[in-house]
Amino acid sequence: MSETNQIPAVSPVKEPSSFRLISALAIAGLFSGILLATTYSLTLPRIQANKEAALKNAIFAVLPGSADYIILKRSGDTLEEVRLGAGDNQNEEEIVYAGYNTMKELTGFAIPGEEPGFQDIIGVIVGYDPVLRSIIGFEVLESKETPGLGDKIFKDMDFQQNFTMLKVEPEILVVKKGQKTRDNEVEAITGATISSKAVVVLLNKSMGAWVSVIDNYMKKNDIKLAGHGAKK
Amino acid sequence: MSAEEFLKGLWKENPVFVAVLGMCPALAVTNSAINALAMGLATTFVLVSSSLLVSLFRNIIPKQVRITAYIVIIATFVTVVDFLLAAYTPVVHKELGAFIALIVVNCLILGRQEAFASKNRAGLALADALGMSFGFTFALLCIGVIREVLGNGSLFGIGVFGEGYEPWVIMILPPGGFFALGFLLLAFNGVTERRKNKAKLKDLN
Repeated sequence: MSETNQIPAVSPVKEPSSFRLISALAIAGLFSGILLATTYSLTLPRIQANKEAALKNAIFAVLPGSADYIILKRSGDTLEEVRLGAGDNQNEEEIVYAGYNTMKELTGFAIPGEEPGFQDIIGVIVGYDPVLRSIIGFEVLESKETPGLGDKIFKDMDFQQNFTMLKVEPEILVVKKGQKTRDNEVEAITGATISSKAVVVLLNKSMGAWVSVIDNYMKKNDIKLAGHGAKK
Repeated sequence: MSAEEFLKGLWKENPVFVAVLGMCPALAVTNSAINALAMGLATTFVLVSSSLLVSLFRNIIPKQVRITAYIVIIATFVTVVDFLLAAYTPVVHKELGAFIALIVVNCLILGRQEAFASKNRAGLALADALGMSFGFTFALLCIGVIREVLGNGSLFGIGVFGEGYEPWVIMILPPGGFFALGFLLLAFNGVTERRKNKAKLKDLN
């Protein structure tokens, strides 16, 4: 092991000083930072507007007749209105949206939810009518389900039809296509049982978590639903 | 001279068909022609901007920290593209998802900085970057068109086969990427081989 004791030969090319190396990288980082900060602040308003528009479209799609919405946050066993900027972190497990029509009447609640599907997380938003105790709308926000099979959860009109008036009590059940007999049953998609079941599990979970909270909120604030009586 | 640097990326040194670089985006986001095109253009922006900058500063960046400096430059432009796509084409941005950020690690881009841009003047670096990017975009578009036409019966979202066509769903699923790329490589190498043989025959005569 004599090599280890030898002092390595000094390379003939002069090494640049550490200071030069560090300052070169610091300058690169500085310019990078300036460019990124500029782009970020220029594009932020548009990105937020896009996100808001996407959310708004989804809420209005699952709560027919809506023209406006408010954000409600869970607080204890009831709900509380919150104002969130688009930039704020919206913890989806704690938030529902209440839709209002042009007469300022409540049209229902839009409940976001997530559940692992066949490929990846399925993210949906569900429209809930607390008087009919039914799901009245269903939109898939995020899904990587198999094209041609699992993606029918948002492409197949027959499956979507399940959610125009679906009782949430007793628990929603999955049945084979063409075998729906009760108001709380969902007809699965042939060839995409896992995706269909994932959707139903997701619905039962979010209904279990929200129905009583929404009831409390309605009772406490004496809110009536559009088409079912008085105004807010 | 510059024309040569530009043209080599399109065919002779095509990053996908010859160098087989950037396989991750070439397989993952080519399930439709529009996604393939968007990924190609995003990569073009990053490669051209980075090559230009690296070439301009090639004498200032110390060689001991050059890779770090290149990555900082590349990552900056990738993030810029990410913001721009999210702001102006939210649909495309959602489709491409994480693969935008992954442009940073596309070895095509770092490879061109190390092999070309850091050793040549800006004009040449620009020609090289444009050629390579267009070659990359062209290759992605080839794969995307094949997969979308067979797998969905459409091209850029417009139906081409009419109602009676039963799509080969597998082509837009992950295995379809490998099938399309495999057959394209076969065809590409077939053509190149044939040309070589012809040239050889000419030499013999």
